[in-house]
Amino acid sequence: MSDHALEEPVRRAHPQSTAVPWHQAAWRQYRLERKMFWRNPSAAFFNFLLPLLFLALFGAIFSDQEADLQVLVPGIAGMAVMSTTFSALAMTLTYLRESGVLKRVRGTPLPTSAYLAGLAGNAIANTALQVGLITIAGSLVFGLEWPRDWGALAVFVALGVTCFASLGVALSHAIPNFDSAPAYVNAAFLPVIFISGVFYDAQQVPGFLGAIAEVLPLKHLIDGLSGAMVTGEGLSGHASALLVLGLWTAGGLVLAVRGFSWESRNA
Amino acid sequence: MTSDVAIEVEDLRKDYGEHRAVRGISFNVRRGEIFGLLGPNGAGKTTTVEILEGYRERTAGRVAVLGMDPGPRPIALRERIGIVLQSSGLYRHLTVREAVSHWAGLYRTPRDVAETIALSGLEAAAGQRTVTLSGGQQRRLDFALALIGDPELVFLDEPTTGFDPAARRQAWVAVRSLQELGKTVLLTTHYLDEAQALADRVAIIKEGAILAVGAPRELGAGARRYRVTWHDAAGEAHERETEDPTALLHELTGKALARDEQLYDLSVTQPSLEDVYLELTAEPGG
Repeated sequence: MSDHALEEPVRRAHPQSTAVPWHQAAWRQYRLERKMFWRNPSAAFFNFLLPLLFLALFGAIFSDQEADLQVLVPGIAGMAVMSTTFSALAMTLTYLRESGVLKRVRGTPLPTSAYLAGLAGNAIANTALQVGLITIAGSLVFGLEWPRDWGALAVFVALGVTCFASLGVALSHAIPNFDSAPAYVNAAFLPVIFISGVFYDAQQVPGFLGAIAEVLPLKHLIDGLSGAMVTGEGLSGHASALLVLGLWTAGGLVLAVRGFSWESRNA
Repeated sequence: MTSDVAIEVEDLRKDYGEHRAVRGISFNVRRGEIFGLLGPNGAGKTTTVEILEGYRERTAGRVAVLGMDPGPRPIALRERIGIVLQSSGLYRHLTVREAVSHWAGLYRTPRDVAETIALSGLEAAAGQRTVTLSGGQQRRLDFALALIGDPELVFLDEPTTGFDPAARRQAWVAVRSLQELGKTVLLTTHYLDEAQALADRVAIIKEGAILAVGAPRELGAGARRYRVTWHDAAGEAHERETEDPTALLHELTGKALARDEQLYDLSVTQPSLEDVYLELTAEPGG
């Protein structure tokens, strides 16, 4: 078979390019990730239903205390951002790396950036869905006001997604094998959600734990979400929150890119 | 550079820190042939293949795969090669058909999905989720995914390690079918019979160096030593090795006739690839 015979039909299909277009590749990967996400019951539960379940349970407990609900709804929204990005990506990437899926994908013409965009898109879709559901439930079920500053809400969700997604990818580099992934992820996730004011006002956290929460990103994300959803303080009132989130994002991105490995180191 | 060469490797070296995994090897793979890299575990086979596939950077040397340098992993090259790794994961929650169909979408001119599933012997399992496949079926899916882009060149790294004999025979049929489709195949194996059964040419590799290259039959003949064996009247076995079997036979039969004796079970054998392989890869003093 001559090269000419191989190339001829291609020119007709993609006159400008010799490969599948980037946006098409990324979109197909995104759709595949969505399909697989819903078919994996444990991922669907832990990354999707758990924050909603917490909202329902704690919401029922605090149902007649509006002040508590005003803390809980943005708190659960912050937790949802962290679980759909940080936890989900740390687990998923560890699995994909250790099982050899990443290596197999790397041997195909799929551009690396299109593949990672598909993975990230899946996480972002989950975040958007959850924050949307939590916001709607806060208003329709628990009788809170609709968010006062939609712009600030969008900015904090976007920054939170970038921050926790990059930290999740960075954490996956430190996880040695898939069996230990839940331990690593929860060792970070659970203490952080408890000290960052997800379930109660962060003011009530004892001094040294509060100091730790103060340097971690989740409390600042929740502060920002609370400002956007409840108090209407917007962006200008949360410069320090933006700064802390920005610093973690910058550090997370550097670590995520630096340590990236396409295959298991034990292989 | 002639276009009938699919892979060119010239003085390829790869160091991992102090460890010199590949120590300056050279070989060519012609278009349409099945080329085998044969050697014991740790010989540098996988390192070599993964450099050609674009997974690893080489330390030194010149490499061309379908006329391209695989180092920067050009998409144009990845469009035209198919890779079966020693082990690689699958999307567990997809069916076989969905996985093959998704992979088809990664290439600009894929093969037909149903036809490729049939060719890989997976028709009956096409609706099954990949997580439920047996080891042999997963390997077939590896073949299907490597083939779906209609590659010109297919890399097979230890394709039958861990298979039972029946599954190995089936895999060999599949590899030969690649050649019938006009593909070039580079295969690594530490099984001698596999190299002998499949490869048009074999490179024997040990400790990162190529010890011999040639057709399996030529490699045996290349040693130019023949083994002559017989039994005497008392039933005792005799064996002589020679580079000139004609003269040796003349001498032996002449003596036997002179003494009016018989040479029972007289045979002359050329060393097989196995003899050459064992000799070349033997541990010193072992």
